[in-house]
Amino acid sequence: MTRHATLPPPPRRARDLVLVGHGMVGQRFLEALVDQPGAAAWRITVLAEEPRPAYDRVHLTSWFAGTGAEELALAAPGFLADHGIDLRLGDPAAAIDRAARTVTTASGRVLAYDALVLATGSSPFVPPVPGHDAAGCHVYRTLEDVEAISADARRARTGAVVGGGLLGLEAAGALTALGLETHVVEFAPRLMALQVDEGGGRLLRRKVEELGVRVHTGAATEAVLTGEDGRVSGMVLADGRELRTDLVVFSAGVRPRDELARGSGLAVGERGGVAVDEHCRTSDPCVYAIGECARAADGRVYGLVAPGYAMAETAARALAGTPGERDVFTGADTSTQLKLLGVEVASFGDAHGAAEGALDVVYSDSRSGVYKKLVVGGDGRLLGGVLVGDTESYGRLRPLAAGGEPLRTPPEQLVLPAALGSAGADVPPEDAVVCSCHNVSRGRVREAVREQGCVTVPEVRKCTRAGTGCGSCVPALGALVAEELEAGGAGVDTRLCEHFAHTRAELYEIVRITGITSFSALVDGHGTGEGCEVCKPVVASILAGLDDGHVLDGERAALQDTNDHVLANLQRNGSYSVVPRVPGGEITPAGLIAIGEIARDFGLYTKITGGQRIDLLGVAVDQLPLVWRRLVDAGFESGHAYGKSLRTVKSCVGETWCRYGVQDSVGLAIELELRYRGLRSPHKLKSAVSGCARECAEARGKDFGIIATSSGWNLYVGGNGGTTPRHADLLAADLDRETLIRTIDRFLMYYIRTADRLERTSAWLERVEGGLDHVRAVVMDDALGICAELDALMERHVDGYRDEWRAVLEDPERLRRFASFVNAPGTPDPAVTFVPERGQIRPARPGERGLARTPALVAGPGLEVRTA
Amino acid sequence: MTGDVEVFDGANWTRICAYRDLTPGRGVAVLTASGDQVAVFRDRAGAVYAVDNRDPFSGAHVISRGILGSRDGAPTVASPMYKHVFDLRDGRCVDEDTAPDGTPAVLRVWPLRGGAGAAAPPAGGGVREP
Repeated sequence: MTRHATLPPPPRRARDLVLVGHGMVGQRFLEALVDQPGAAAWRITVLAEEPRPAYDRVHLTSWFAGTGAEELALAAPGFLADHGIDLRLGDPAAAIDRAARTVTTASGRVLAYDALVLATGSSPFVPPVPGHDAAGCHVYRTLEDVEAISADARRARTGAVVGGGLLGLEAAGALTALGLETHVVEFAPRLMALQVDEGGGRLLRRKVEELGVRVHTGAATEAVLTGEDGRVSGMVLADGRELRTDLVVFSAGVRPRDELARGSGLAVGERGGVAVDEHCRTSDPCVYAIGECARAADGRVYGLVAPGYAMAETAARALAGTPGERDVFTGADTSTQLKLLGVEVASFGDAHGAAEGALDVVYSDSRSGVYKKLVVGGDGRLLGGVLVGDTESYGRLRPLAAGGEPLRTPPEQLVLPAALGSAGADVPPEDAVVCSCHNVSRGRVREAVREQGCVTVPEVRKCTRAGTGCGSCVPALGALVAEELEAGGAGVDTRLCEHFAHTRAELYEIVRITGITSFSALVDGHGTGEGCEVCKPVVASILAGLDDGHVLDGERAALQDTNDHVLANLQRNGSYSVVPRVPGGEITPAGLIAIGEIARDFGLYTKITGGQRIDLLGVAVDQLPLVWRRLVDAGFESGHAYGKSLRTVKSCVGETWCRYGVQDSVGLAIELELRYRGLRSPHKLKSAVSGCARECAEARGKDFGIIATSSGWNLYVGGNGGTTPRHADLLAADLDRETLIRTIDRFLMYYIRTADRLERTSAWLERVEGGLDHVRAVVMDDALGICAELDALMERHVDGYRDEWRAVLEDPERLRRFASFVNAPGTPDPAVTFVPERGQIRPARPGERGLARTPALVAGPGLEVRTA
Repeated sequence: MTGDVEVFDGANWTRICAYRDLTPGRGVAVLTASGDQVAVFRDRAGAVYAVDNRDPFSGAHVISRGILGSRDGAPTVASPMYKHVFDLRDGRCVDEDTAPDGTPAVLRVWPLRGGAGAAAPPAGGGVREP
């Protein structure tokens, strides 16, 4: 690799840098440049075609789900101003005069430059078929595009997307979400032809069709038909078929926007793209090109954002005069992992087996919707692969393919489901990339742990920037840090925090055996310092479980996180949400009306939760007792949505109403929810009861789930949704009601006693030695002889339960903490403001002028909400 | 005998509350005469601290609802929003140097007087005359 000479050191006067294009790559370039020590030498002007600053185009689809343009914005507020960057919106560059070193903008302004960076991106390719420009035809690239699609969709019933690639499927998802009957027309014989093979494409198609999208592959678009009003009315395919459609979205690939470069005589690639070297410099040493408009040193034009970011950083270092040996861009991995229309798809390395002598190993299970293919070289090296339906192993396989070492694990082991396969002895090489957003290698992370003394993921994040982009590598990062610590002989640090050299389970035992009832006694006798936000809530939870008394009594009031402290859930603007308990999800019409009236009177935002209850949002801290006074009077009690405790027990309607039900699932759910309400645990606990094997209550996605059989109840444990979904395992089958409840009692108490802080039942089950079998032996056969103790603890919990909110309302001392300001108790927090949206309120965003609440709101909403 | 605790906004002293009404280990929010929000805390040892109530990482005025603690011996408060920890003596965030908007992640420290002197020593040095 030759090291290129870079620009000479900047003279004293600031030199002019003009960036053409303010898209994702342009913005990243600016961020990378201002980070460089030599950045101050440049006076930066940005010419943008679009009317707004750079935004996150990758997540454009989230606009349909309500993500506002402001949330998609990429530049931090003040970023441009702080660095003296002159951004000119809506005034694109029109011509470059390289001899004079000037750029002329569309509005006729002429700017001189010492360095010019092209980041013009690409434009969607619209096939020149008849009717392609009729009203109702769209592309899918900018916020203006999605706004136009959304506006058109209001008068449309059917929509067609031309192109079944990554972006086409995104667009199809958006049309489906807008309520349109959606067609995808793809020229290639399968969807996502670039990324997946035939088998993966088949499964992908089936999954996409299950979502109601009509897929036409091997179909070329012949013409777009228009009605008398000139608007799209349908389209004709090459085989003569006609599709009725009111709207067409072209998503058939992109073309680099290299017109400026061509017009000024810069070298461009044969198939387009401004030709650049490994420093992203064009044929003119004063002009750089980055991102989708550039043809990289390896002759390819990259249409993904990660290579664009890498080019942005390369160019920034070259311009700042600080490129290191490795700061070159010679090509990038185009591996992808994504979720399209809810289907996980990943492809990496030589996914199509193009290499000579490549062989493949395929695992295909169309019943559960999983397809995995690994491409293996004749010499046993992993070359690439395709994963559809289950991409969990992507993080492990991709580095193996990139590493080029022969596999030590038989490849068939690597594609089998986790329960059948083994993790294998294969370790990715040092230069395997862990964090693609910031291009951080496995070796760099190991070095941070070994040589820089990082022992936690946050420390590694701060030290290497790994995991600070999209965040998807954080679990892999955690595993790598733990692995490295263990290998280093340090052992994984299981200390709770700097104040206690114990695990949560050890502290639980200390409290249980010593009978300590206060944090002060515990930290002074068994720890050091004053405690922190980690250990204090843990101790509060342990004390609450082993001792009676209100969670806010005495010193305990100081241990709780704000949610537990005010018995509500903190929201992003400092207001709180309130969730009354609705046991089993069963609620009377009078109860619904009462909640509705309270929400209306306080002007709250309401939403139905996934746990079959009603969330009331936008309550200011001083309103909490007023809202709860009304809820308690209407017969409601705390739902403990704020606590590390039982949340809900969901249920289906069961045999009482359902034609298929075999047991009374609602009755059992209510009994369980009332039994375990308020139970403090290491992590939140969720449960559900299904009345038959159809499992409509999704019980297997819960910490403890019960499914009715014709002769009793099956108990499943250790399931959860969230980031790492896991189905619960069967602990015991066909239990009668009494045995079932006793078994759950013991399971929960054993978990509470032995689990770590924030360790869910799933992780706990995987960690305890002996796993599920061990837990079964403890709770069903009393293998440890502790069942009587566990039963007694649960009995004490059930007998000692009191509604926390009722208790607060009865006590003026506890009520004092709900003042907005200690010196002005009646004054509402002026920083908590709201604006109307879809007939309700939402928190005002930074820079938005919202309305604060009026004090002492008891009759009538504080904020008038107008429906648009 | 405990007196009132007061905070100084550069022009005026604002009464917070009686010293004995501050819960050890917990904070209160104060609205100053100038309209600023200040978070005031009392630690287990009796020292009182006052810093901005606005969390620079979320923009929400919630610091007063954080948990007090210590890090390497320094008195701290953890924001309840994203759990960033701040040193109560100088207001500096000990986890990150800059807030997402690019400004330094430092809470302003507000001068305090009264109360503590009569009840308990201001051990942390948080109580200062302007």
